[in-house]
Amino acid sequence: MTKNEKPKLAMYWSSSCGGCEVSVLNIHEKILTVDEVFDIAFFPCIADFKTKDVEAYPDGHITVCLWNGAIRNSENEEMAHLLRKKSTFMVAFGSCAYEGCIPALSNLTSKEATFNTVYKDNPTIDNPEGIIPLTSVQVPEGELTIPEFYNTVKSLDQVVDVDYYLPGCPPEPEQIWAVLQVIVGALLEGAPLPPKGSIVGASNVAVCEGCEREKSEKAIDRFYRPYEIVPEPDVCLLEQGLVCMGLATRGGCGALCPSVGIGCRGCYGPMPGVEDQGAKMLSAIASVISAGHESMEEAELEERIQTVVDTIADPAGTFYRFSMAHSLLQRAKVNGSNGKGEAA
Amino acid sequence: MSETYEPVIVGFLCNWCSYRAADLAGTARIKYAPNMRAIRVMCSGRVDPQFVMKALREGADGVMIAGCHPGECHYVNGNIKAMRRFYLLRKMLTQLGVEEERVQLIWASASEGILLAEKVDQMTEALRALGPLNWDEKVVNRSNGYKAAEVAPVLEEA
Repeated sequence: MTKNEKPKLAMYWSSSCGGCEVSVLNIHEKILTVDEVFDIAFFPCIADFKTKDVEAYPDGHITVCLWNGAIRNSENEEMAHLLRKKSTFMVAFGSCAYEGCIPALSNLTSKEATFNTVYKDNPTIDNPEGIIPLTSVQVPEGELTIPEFYNTVKSLDQVVDVDYYLPGCPPEPEQIWAVLQVIVGALLEGAPLPPKGSIVGASNVAVCEGCEREKSEKAIDRFYRPYEIVPEPDVCLLEQGLVCMGLATRGGCGALCPSVGIGCRGCYGPMPGVEDQGAKMLSAIASVISAGHESMEEAELEERIQTVVDTIADPAGTFYRFSMAHSLLQRAKVNGSNGKGEAA
Repeated sequence: MSETYEPVIVGFLCNWCSYRAADLAGTARIKYAPNMRAIRVMCSGRVDPQFVMKALREGADGVMIAGCHPGECHYVNGNIKAMRRFYLLRKMLTQLGVEEERVQLIWASASEGILLAEKVDQMTEALRALGPLNWDEKVVNRSNGYKAAEVAPVLEEA
């Protein structure tokens, strides 16, 4: 980058929904400031660029690459390597890139099961020949190829080196703006950048800290799914039996979901120092179960506790809703206890 | 798979009952399967689900959590906390395809060296029948070795 040149910004999506792009645009008129400071080098969602344009850049040409999306197929992986090479700072932007997010829930099953659902078993599918995508197919005109769909969804840092993580599904616009300011400050005024590997645009305390609901002793003898009850407006949702991930989730979002009566889904990822968000949430949920007392016989204890546990419909999908790819086990063992690695 | 498969069990034994049961099994020269690697914890209620998953991820074929019988916990109800956690963990591990036999919660008091030895024998046989878990290579399919996720340094307010 020569002296008079602007720094270059890229944003790329892989396996994601596009909400991250919307969230960037949600910084509203400040996007004009971004445009003032940066040259857009690659941003397929809003501007016309081709992969060959990126390939033509010298290495490290892109100053900041915001990568959103998980690594689902070989094209995602190839682009991750390419953009890593061409970028000075690689940011895992949003929950998919950071820890797999919703796409990584398919790690609870297999590629075959996913294909069966999408291309064969779905009631609205008409596919009598059972055609599923192949990486290569011969047609009269020649060979057609598409990227390979992987069995396991990975986070960005499981494929390439990542400099910063910006959690959230999607990251909150105020947090994006705050991070952009830090980057701009560093580029233009030489302000210090956070150490490599930092989680930026989030706080270091749990979502509960920012949640205004009243919290007291938690003792739960059954859990409810969101449609089963209308929660009291001012009382902690977990105390009312709704699974709220707030206590195992990093804050920074402003506790948006609990403030409107929906339990925290956990999108900002694990707390500082925690490796596996789902395991910590499981531990926390088990701690608020009130059933069972040391004076009971073992059989009665078992029955009472099991009854409460049975009211949690889908622990893996709930506790790992956003962090499956980054969890300790990373995926389910398929052909395990029940053949499909799905809930029995 | 190698013909000499020996199951590896990581055993979390509580300081007050089950670890002493293992001690007793040793001093009483009870013969039992040498497949359990004992880790002493102060209470079965101390066993974080992360410990279990980390053990499975890093090569254990099974995990045994052993504590005092209900009603006999040194900390009154630590083992009941362990039960609540274990039942939920078992349900979640089933979703993740981990067979029930691979993660077990048992009770063994300080005088039950024989019982603990029997449980280890039984679990070893069950794991032998199930075969190796080998999570990293067979499930995650990453043969280049698992690097435990580094906990990222924390940035004060961005």
